[in-house]
Amino acid sequence: MGLVHSIETFSTLDGPGIRTVVFLQGCPLRCQYCQNPDTWSMANSSAKEYTAAELMKIIRRGIPYFRASGGGVTVSGGEPLLQADFVQELFTTCQSEHVSTAIDSSLYIATSQLQKVLPVTDLFLADIKHIDPEKSRELTGVTNQMNMNNLRLISDHHISIWIRYVIVPGLTDNPQDVTSMAQLVKTLNTVERIDLLPYHALGAHKWDLLGLDYKLHETQPPSSQQMTELAQLVHSITNKPVYWQ
Amino acid sequence: MDCWRGFIPGQWKDEIDVRDFIQKNYQPYEGDASFLALPTDRTLKLWGKCRSLLAEERKRQGVYAVDADIPLNITSHPPGYVDRDLELIVGLQTDQPLKRAIQVYGGLRHAANACQAYGYQINPQVEEFFSKHRRTHNEGVFTVYTPEMRLARRSGIITGLPDSYGRGRIIGDYRRVALYGVDRLIDAKELDRKLTGEEMTDQVIRQREELYDQIQALQDLKEMALSYGYDISGPAQNAVQAVQWLYFGFLAAIKEQNGAAMSLGRVSTFLDIYIQRDLQEGVLTEAQAQELIDQLVIKLRLVRHLRTPGYSDLFAGDPNWVTEAIGGMGVDGRTLVTKTSYRVLHTLETLGPSPEPNLTVLWSKNLPRPFMEYCAHLSITTSAIQYENDDVMRPFYGDDYGIACCVSAMRMGKESQYFGARCNLAKLLLYALNGGRDEISGEQVGLEMPIYPGEILDYDQVMHRLDKQMDWLAKLYVNTMHVIHYMHDRYSYERIEMALHDTNLTHFIAFGIAGLSVVADSLSAIRYARVRPCRDESGLITDFEIEGDFPKFGNDDDRVDMIAVDLIKTFMRKLRRYPSYKNSVHTLSILTITSNVMYGKFTGTTPDGRKRGEPLAPGANPMHGREEHGAIAAANSVAKLPYGYARDGVSYTFSIVPSALGTNESERINNLVGFLYGYFAQDAHHINVNVLNLETLREAMEHPEQYPDLTIRVSGYAVHFTKLNREQQEEIITRTFYKRM
Repeated sequence: MGLVHSIETFSTLDGPGIRTVVFLQGCPLRCQYCQNPDTWSMANSSAKEYTAAELMKIIRRGIPYFRASGGGVTVSGGEPLLQADFVQELFTTCQSEHVSTAIDSSLYIATSQLQKVLPVTDLFLADIKHIDPEKSRELTGVTNQMNMNNLRLISDHHISIWIRYVIVPGLTDNPQDVTSMAQLVKTLNTVERIDLLPYHALGAHKWDLLGLDYKLHETQPPSSQQMTELAQLVHSITNKPVYWQ
Repeated sequence: MDCWRGFIPGQWKDEIDVRDFIQKNYQPYEGDASFLALPTDRTLKLWGKCRSLLAEERKRQGVYAVDADIPLNITSHPPGYVDRDLELIVGLQTDQPLKRAIQVYGGLRHAANACQAYGYQINPQVEEFFSKHRRTHNEGVFTVYTPEMRLARRSGIITGLPDSYGRGRIIGDYRRVALYGVDRLIDAKELDRKLTGEEMTDQVIRQREELYDQIQALQDLKEMALSYGYDISGPAQNAVQAVQWLYFGFLAAIKEQNGAAMSLGRVSTFLDIYIQRDLQEGVLTEAQAQELIDQLVIKLRLVRHLRTPGYSDLFAGDPNWVTEAIGGMGVDGRTLVTKTSYRVLHTLETLGPSPEPNLTVLWSKNLPRPFMEYCAHLSITTSAIQYENDDVMRPFYGDDYGIACCVSAMRMGKESQYFGARCNLAKLLLYALNGGRDEISGEQVGLEMPIYPGEILDYDQVMHRLDKQMDWLAKLYVNTMHVIHYMHDRYSYERIEMALHDTNLTHFIAFGIAGLSVVADSLSAIRYARVRPCRDESGLITDFEIEGDFPKFGNDDDRVDMIAVDLIKTFMRKLRRYPSYKNSVHTLSILTITSNVMYGKFTGTTPDGRKRGEPLAPGANPMHGREEHGAIAAANSVAKLPYGYARDGVSYTFSIVPSALGTNESERINNLVGFLYGYFAQDAHHINVNVLNLETLREAMEHPEQYPDLTIRVSGYAVHFTKLNREQQEEIITRTFYKRM
């Protein structure tokens, strides 16, 4: 059984083509800008249990759309790899039915868990929260050593990677940090593209609903000019396509 | 000059058979849009003049000028021009662009009220003549309507019926004028007239009279063209003439009929044959070819009818449904996409976005990919295109059908429709609970039975009651349609449109349903949750308490989706039990136009939690905000509705913000193509695609003058957003726009 926060049948921003995204419940991180703090706790009462077979019924209904657009399934969260056994089961079926698979993860997870899904995953959307271990702790509550090792492991397994990096003014937009991030990405063999995601406050109301203290009320989204500059910076180092919108 | 030089001969030379001509002569185009030309200076100048006129029209409350004196017919008005030197294609409905004239045969009152609403007074002599000496369609209907029909109409269980205005939905095969010239068409009709039955039955007498009128209309068509300096008795000799001849045919129809939906048909690929020949002969360049199409489309954007403000409550935004069906596949497997399919769509770029003509792409999984991508590109940049599934229509209508209005397919020149608006199924469900009494007026309208007695609504009992009310409604609806179309044929016969049809036709009689998703969700609530009816002091059930959750249409959940499917099948079967007017074929649409707002206003609270007065969902859409799993789940629910039982069309309106389609233009195009492909692969019928930011719509509500071209697809057609009233705008904004947080 998997504990599912929600299902979105039409996403175009979580991997190539049209994708059905399964948001799994539970996350070990506490990112200050998190848009979905309601996915954090495994004890969230609105989460629903699904068997892999039940999810497959929903996923199969997307197959004509996947075929025509080059899409597939993405598991996201929360941190989907907290339920690595379930993801493995689901993706094994997906692959047997030629549905392409992707995982959107911070990779803050024991390598033993990650290894379970490597053979059945076509693409990782790797969320680099911060490149600096201490700043990462401040931003997400945890350091990033495990994430970086896992990222390397994925690359060594020749599995495609799309890097995602949220630009939060004052927290992640220091050009020095962005440069370090890009330099790390450059050393990975399988990175296909990098998406820079401008911070926005659209999830803030969820924090209030959950009685959580949202610390970024004063933070403004980055300007397009800043986004353009950072995108150019990352591109100049990595020589990979860099997207933002 | 030989008009048919270079054309491959065939059956079409001996018979009126435009399809055969197309099949023998057209050249499929599988390439991309890179060949397209920019608009010419002449086009831009002309369109600039038109834009000023359109701006002035907006300033004058949407009506530029009214001719309240002379009833409009094919030859009633002298020639009109926008600018004679700039116009390559000529012809206006009246002597001035955008001037609307009275059309009285449909209904005197409609014409008189419309004049009055815009500060004019209908010519008293006309008024007197039509009150004293000549009955109109509208009066004909009301002399025959039974009290039950009047009551059903007034209470809003059947509404929007074409009993006071022109029924429309008939598409003349205007291509015939170009290919054959009018004399040949007259000869063919004369021959048919000679060969009518020998026994003077009602049917034969009627047919002979109709043929007489058709021939007269063709004579008038020639005369009207001659007033513009064109002799169209013979076939068109080149592309410019082909467009002009065809347009004159259409112009005659819109002069004479103020029909709800005066569609153009399927002309692009036909015209491509002429354009291609001229290009080969070296007498036309690509820029001139585009100019020709641009000039035709400009004319189609200037079509105007005089209608009452009440009409706009149902059919908002001053629509004419000048629908042009583009693309599709031939039965032989070749695509019917030609370069002129592109040229017509390209007018959204050369002239900018516009709701008219109602550009309708006939989608097939086998369409050339570059064409799919060009259409998706235009949807993303203009929101002006609708898509209909050629793969589900072709088996019924072959490969030379047009679309009347929004979603009504019919073979060009061989099939025709009797339009019947729609009934309000949500209200009918309330009648089932209230024993046929109207939940708002308290009047006994439907089949009389006791008000539902229990404390909790029981699914089987409610279904049993609904079934009985459906029987009542189906019979009344079919009978009412008999009256309307009998009178329309008698007093407002579409003589020119019918002259451009074969004499022996198949007719469809098109019924419709509004409120499908509300009824499906209500029945699902009754079945899967606990619904407690609340009664007012008179005992009528006017509210509901719902305990627990229930499956909702739009989530790809068979438990409720199959309820919707069964409703359609059941109602269609019931309609078929009653013989139709002239033995026409019963069809059904799940389409509301914009009337879902109006119908909702006059429908009480429903058991799904929708409150009294709130809009119904448009067409076959799920109720907004009830889709919990995103666009594919919603589209998959709609795709289950069976086209074979709803051959007059199943309309779905899909709205999305651009950023939710992908990160960049090429991703967005790929993903929209993928979405359309996946939806239609499941035998879905229709989709309107809007790609818009909500902020833009909100801004346009506040500053309409800055958004004159903002076009949005509503149920089955497109409108200028700023021409909708506030309520209709609000309804669109509260609709589900798929986005990503």
